[in-house]
Amino acid sequence: MNILTNPKKLRGFERHLKVENVSRRSILKGLGIAGGFALAAPVMSRPAFAAYETGASKMPHGTVVDPRVFVSIAPDGIVTIVGHRAEMGTGVRTSLPLIVAEEMEADWSRVRVQQAPGNEAKYGNQDTDGSRSTRHYLMPMRQIGASARSMLEAAAAKRWGVPATEVKARNHEVVHAASGRKLGFGDLAADAAKESVPGIEGLKLKDPKDFRYLGKGQIGIVDLRDITVGKAHYGADIRLPGMKYAVIARPPVTGGKVKSFDAAEAMKVSGVEKVLEVKGWPWPSKFQPLGGVAVIARNTGAAIKGRDALKIVWDDGANGKYDSVAYRASLEEAARKPGLVVRKEGDADAALKGADKVIAAEYYLPHLAHVSMEPPVAVADVKGDRCEIWAPVQSAGGTRDDVAKTLGIPDANVTVNVTLLGGGFGRKSKCDFAIEAALLSKELGAPVKVQWTREDDVRHGFLHTVSVERIEAGLDKSGKVIAWRHRSVAPTIASTFAAGAKHEAPFELGMGLIDNPFEIANLQCENPEAAAHTRIGWFRAVSNIPRAFAVQSMVAEIASATKRDPKDMLLELIGSPRLVNLSSVKDPWNYGEPYSSYPIDTARLRKVVELVADKGGWGRSVPKGHGLGIAVHRSFVSYIATIVEVAVDDKGKFTVPRVDTAIDCGTYVNPERIESQIEGAAIMGLSLAKHGEITFKDGKVQQGNFDDFPVIRMDESPLVTHVYIVPPGPDTPPSGVGEPGVPPFAPALINAIFVATGKRIRSLPIGKQLEA
Amino acid sequence: MIKVKINGQEQNWDGDPDLPLLWFLRDEVGLTGTKYGCGQALCGSCTVIIDKQAVRACITSVSDVVGRDVTTIEGLHPTGDHPVQKAWRQLNVPQCGYCQTGQIMQGAALLMDNPKPSHDQIREAMAGNICRCGCYQRIENAVHLASTGV
Ligand code: FES
Ligand code: FES
Repeated sequence: MNILTNPKKLRGFERHLKVENVSRRSILKGLGIAGGFALAAPVMSRPAFAAYETGASKMPHGTVVDPRVFVSIAPDGIVTIVGHRAEMGTGVRTSLPLIVAEEMEADWSRVRVQQAPGNEAKYGNQDTDGSRSTRHYLMPMRQIGASARSMLEAAAAKRWGVPATEVKARNHEVVHAASGRKLGFGDLAADAAKESVPGIEGLKLKDPKDFRYLGKGQIGIVDLRDITVGKAHYGADIRLPGMKYAVIARPPVTGGKVKSFDAAEAMKVSGVEKVLEVKGWPWPSKFQPLGGVAVIARNTGAAIKGRDALKIVWDDGANGKYDSVAYRASLEEAARKPGLVVRKEGDADAALKGADKVIAAEYYLPHLAHVSMEPPVAVADVKGDRCEIWAPVQSAGGTRDDVAKTLGIPDANVTVNVTLLGGGFGRKSKCDFAIEAALLSKELGAPVKVQWTREDDVRHGFLHTVSVERIEAGLDKSGKVIAWRHRSVAPTIASTFAAGAKHEAPFELGMGLIDNPFEIANLQCENPEAAAHTRIGWFRAVSNIPRAFAVQSMVAEIASATKRDPKDMLLELIGSPRLVNLSSVKDPWNYGEPYSSYPIDTARLRKVVELVADKGGWGRSVPKGHGLGIAVHRSFVSYIATIVEVAVDDKGKFTVPRVDTAIDCGTYVNPERIESQIEGAAIMGLSLAKHGEITFKDGKVQQGNFDDFPVIRMDESPLVTHVYIVPPGPDTPPSGVGEPGVPPFAPALINAIFVATGKRIRSLPIGKQLEA
Repeated sequence: MIKVKINGQEQNWDGDPDLPLLWFLRDEVGLTGTKYGCGQALCGSCTVIIDKQAVRACITSVSDVVGRDVTTIEGLHPTGDHPVQKAWRQLNVPQCGYCQTGQIMQGAALLMDNPKPSHDQIREAMAGNICRCGCYQRIENAVHLASTGV
C-alpha cells in the first residue's frame, strides 16, 4: 500500500521540524495577527509555528505538526485523516480532519476519518475539554494539510520534470496548467511519501477566499449515517470474545469503604458468575476508583440484578455528615464575611460605604450531575503486563497514563482505543471507570466491561461544585455604578487532587470572577474558603455557570432599581470599547491562552449584545405573561449573548417560546456544528435553571435517575433557538464553542421571568418557586 | 428455552426469562444499536418497536416478547433509509448520537400511528425520549420532515 504515513519512517522526523520564533505573517496570510513571540520548547513537545500564539504549546505534549502522523493516502485515492481528539457531540471528529482536507485540497467525499488511540507523544495533546480543540488545532491542522499538499505537488512536479511552482493541487489531484496534465492523489501517494516533509516556515497556506469547506456550514458529521442506523460504536458497544460484564456497588459516601459484604443471594441470581471486592483509593485521589464490590455476570442485566441482591455494610468515613441544607448555610455565612482578595481595582470597601445606594444579593447554584446520555462504561483486556482499553474517554492520553500507573506497567504497554462518547460534558475527562475495568480484567484474567448504571452516574460522579455568589453594587446619586464587590464561595475542583484545598484555583477564579469586564472604578473580587465533601469536577462551562448567573442577574437588578433598560445597563457597565487591563490579577489564567492573542475585548462583548438585541428583537412587544431577558458572558475566550423569551402562566408554569443567541468565536470551521452546540447549550442551560439539583443527606446523594434529577425533555424545550455567528475578522484567532453557550442562558431566563412576573429568582433551580 | 423474533430472525434464550430485553439484545444477541440510558423507562434510549408500538426494552423482559415481532434500529429499514432516518441525516440532527436510535424508533412509531402529526403532537409523543445534548429542535423538525416525505 502506498501511504504517506509510514510508521517506520517516523522516528527521524523530529529533525525536519524547526521550532520557530519569528513571525512570518507574510507567508501565513489570512490568519496572522500582530506580535512576534518566542515558543519555549517543552521536553517531548514539538510546538507548531503559529501565526498567532495559543496556549496549545503549554498543554502536555503540545501539538504535533506532521502529515505523516495524520494523513495517509491509499492507491485508490482514499485519504485517511486521523482525528486525535475525542468526539462527544461537538463535531470535532469531523471539524479537525476537515481542516486538513481543506488545506491539502482533498475532496471530502474521498476522505475517511480514523480515530487515534491515546498517544500524546505521537499526536500531541488529546485532552478534549476546555472548548480547546478548534482553538488549539485550527492552525496545526492547516499546516499539516499544507505540508501534505506540498509533498503531493513536489511529487507531481518531479514526475513531469517541471518546477514545483508550476503545479497546483486542486480537488484531489495535482494539475500542471501549462500542459493540461493531471495526476490523482492516489497515483502520487507513493512518490509523495518519499518527499521530505517541508519545514513549517516555508508552507503556503490557502487564501481563505479559496476555502471550499471551512466556514461554509455544509458538512454533515462523519458519523451521521452510522448513528442513524445504529452502527456507531460507543463505549458500551464493544464486545470481545469471552468478555465478562460487571457492575460495581460503590461506597455511597465519598471516601467511604466496604466494611463487610455477603454475596450469597447475589450468587444465586441466574447469570451471575462471581462477586469480588475491588480496590478503592482514599479520598481525594484524582481520578482513581472509589472501590466497592463488583458483580461479574454473563450479561449486564444479570450483573445489575446480582448487585441488587448484595448485602454490604459500609464504613462512611469522614464525609458521612455532608448535608446540603447545612452546607448552603455555611456558604452563605462565608459569603457575608471578607475573603481572600483575588482582584482589586480602586477601593471597593470605601466606595461602597460612600455610595448613595447599595444593592446586594446572593445567588445560589447547587451541585449538578453531568448525566451524559451514555453513562460511564469501559472495556479492558489485561494480558500479562499489557492492557488494552476501549472507552469513551475525553482524555485518551491521560487515561493511558493513569491506567499504566495503576497497573504498574509502562505507558507503552497500554493501548487506549477511544470510542465515540455518548456525551461527555467534563465527566469523561476523569477515567476512573476505565481504571476499574483494567483492575477487574487483571483480576479475572478475561476482558471485562464495567457498565455504570444511571444511578451510579448520578451518585458517584465528579459533580459540578455548589456555590454562593454574593455581589454588592454601590451606586452614586446619578445611578452610576461606582463600586462592585463579588464574593464567590464554592468547593474547588482542586480538592479532588489534593486534600484540604479550600480556595478556588486560578482556572476557576478566571471563569467569570477575576475576569469581570465591567468598567467600574472600584472593583473587588474575593474568594472565602470552602471545604469539599464530595468529588468536584469540571461540568460543561464549569464556574462560568454560577458567575454568569450572579453577575448578569445583578445587572438586571440594578437596571430595575434604577429604572433602566437592562440591555442599556449592561452596555453601560461593560463600558468603553477597550482591552480590559488585568494587571492587578496575580494569575489571570485566561483559559490558558496568551493575553496578547486573546484579550478581554469589550468591543467584541458589546458587539454580541448589540447583535443579539438587533436580531432577537430586544424591546419587541410580547403577549401578556411573557418577558424578555438578556445576558452576556465571555468564556473559553468566546463572546456570547442570549435573549430568552419566557411565558409564565397564572399557575406559575413557564415555557420558553424563543431563544436568540449571538456568538463571536473568532475564525470558525463548521458553523452548522456551532449552531447545534448553541441549540444544545440552551437546553442544558434550561435544564439546570429549571430542574438541576443534586443534594446530599448523611453524606449520600439523594437523587438517582431522571425521575428525581430531571433534565429538559422535548415538551418543555424552547420552541425555537436562533443562532447568530459573528463573522470573524481576517485576523481573529478561533475560540471556544462547546461550553460558552451554557452560562448566559440561566440569567437571561431569570431576567425574563422577572420582567414577566416581577419575581426575582436568586436560587436555582427554579423548581416550584414561581408556583408559590 | 425461549424463542423470540428480532428483526425477523428467530433467537433462542436459555437464561433468565426475566432478563430485560435491552440486555438480551445488546449483550446476548449483539444488537448494540439499542442503548441503555436509565433502565427505568425514563429516557427512551432503549426504544424498540413491537407490533407497531414504541416499547422501552429496559423494562420489557425477554419472556414478554415471545410470539411478538421485535424491531430494533438495525431492522427498521433494510438499507437504513427509512424516511425518519433520511430526515435525520438531512437535518444533521445528532450531536453525540447516543440517544438518537431511540429517538428514531420513537419517531418511526409515531408516524405509524399518526402519519401527519402536528408540531405539538410531535413534542408530546417524543417527550419520553431524553437527549442530553439537546437536539430537540432538530428532532422535532426531522420527524415533521419525515411526515411530509423526504
Ligand atoms: S434505558 Fe430504557 S427508557 Fe431509559
Ligand atoms: S445526541 Fe447526545 S444525547 Fe442525544
